[in-house]
Amino acid sequence: MKRISVLSMGFAAVLALTAHAQSPDVPKLADVAGRYAITQSSRIGFTVGQVGGGGIKGVFGNFAGTFDLRADDLAHSAVSFELRPESVSTGQARIDNFLRSGAVFDTTHFDRISFRSARVEQTGRDTARIVGTLTAKGRSSSETFDVTLANRQGNRITFNVTGRIFRSRYGMDVGTPIYSNVVQFDMLINGQR
Amino acid sequence: MRDAADRYGRGTIILHWLIAVLILGLLVLGFVMTRPWIDPALQFSLYQWHKSFGMLTLLLAVVRLLHSLLGARVRPPTGLGHLERRMSKAMHLLLATLAVIVPLAGWAVASASPLEIPTFAFNLIDVPHLPLQKSDAGEAFWSTTHARLAYSILALVALHSTAALYHHYGRRDDVLLRMLGRAKTPAGKPSTECVP
Repeated sequence: MKRISVLSMGFAAVLALTAHAQSPDVPKLADVAGRYAITQSSRIGFTVGQVGGGGIKGVFGNFAGTFDLRADDLAHSAVSFELRPESVSTGQARIDNFLRSGAVFDTTHFDRISFRSARVEQTGRDTARIVGTLTAKGRSSSETFDVTLANRQGNRITFNVTGRIFRSRYGMDVGTPIYSNVVQFDMLINGQR
Repeated sequence: MRDAADRYGRGTIILHWLIAVLILGLLVLGFVMTRPWIDPALQFSLYQWHKSFGMLTLLLAVVRLLHSLLGARVRPPTGLGHLERRMSKAMHLLLATLAVIVPLAGWAVASASPLEIPTFAFNLIDVPHLPLQKSDAGEAFWSTTHARLAYSILALVALHSTAALYHHYGRRDDVLLRMLGRAKTPAGKPSTECVP
């Protein structure tokens, strides 16, 4: 999830840069370049599908991160994100406790999930793809997130970030195949420069 | 599965022992999986196996109940009094009925739970939930009902088994042997032949 957030930030940066380069009425690259902090108004949502339809939907309430948008080297714009899996919330306390247990996040031993971007690829005028390393439950794997610039106002910028994570890569595949191995992330990342 | 007047058919015998093993296995599984100290991942897995085998038991128990209600009856052993015959008949009917009701109550637990965990029998068949309102209270009610009925059937199985052993070692009749497919022939020798 942290990776996803980071990716989102990176994506947003890419989008902003792209918009500057291609549209005369958008702010200059220098206007959006800079270091942004991910604010708590962001929403880190996820869904895990289940047999027969429906599934588990939830959010993480405790997270932090930054993204650096580099005007002269967009590909190396950097995204860094961390979240506390303890803050997971699905609306069902029993499910939350199960997710925090050793069966899934094991928050007693692993209190953070992190994402560090490796590169940012521009995929459209206001879209980008962020590739980086997600670390959860002591395991790291390369993951990709798609970012779309949603809004930009002054020193604030917002990105929609989506990604599909195979939870088996992180030793969290309990419940498969009843519950999908894929965790679909759908995040709204707000950054404050 | 057709039964003769003095012996059970092969299908009846297989069904009887299969259901017996399933019920005892489910009781052990149900006890273990509800221990508070159990690993959460293992607990989740055990619950799903419990539900899968529970659904299989329900299916077999419905067949067994219908067969016992509609099929030909095996003649009770000679020497039983009127009260013993009635008690024996009642016990068999009660066991066959509970073998259906207990898994049904378990199905109700999964159906009433607000967690809405699917019943994906043996990771092959998505069994739909019963049309019950989902609530913590409803789940708790059906859980209690399921557990009490399960322990009731355990008590009845113990009684039923004791009675079978009494027939075999005390009365020395062929009540147990004929459910093992070894009912004595008229010549007094055990027979492995069953009426198909």
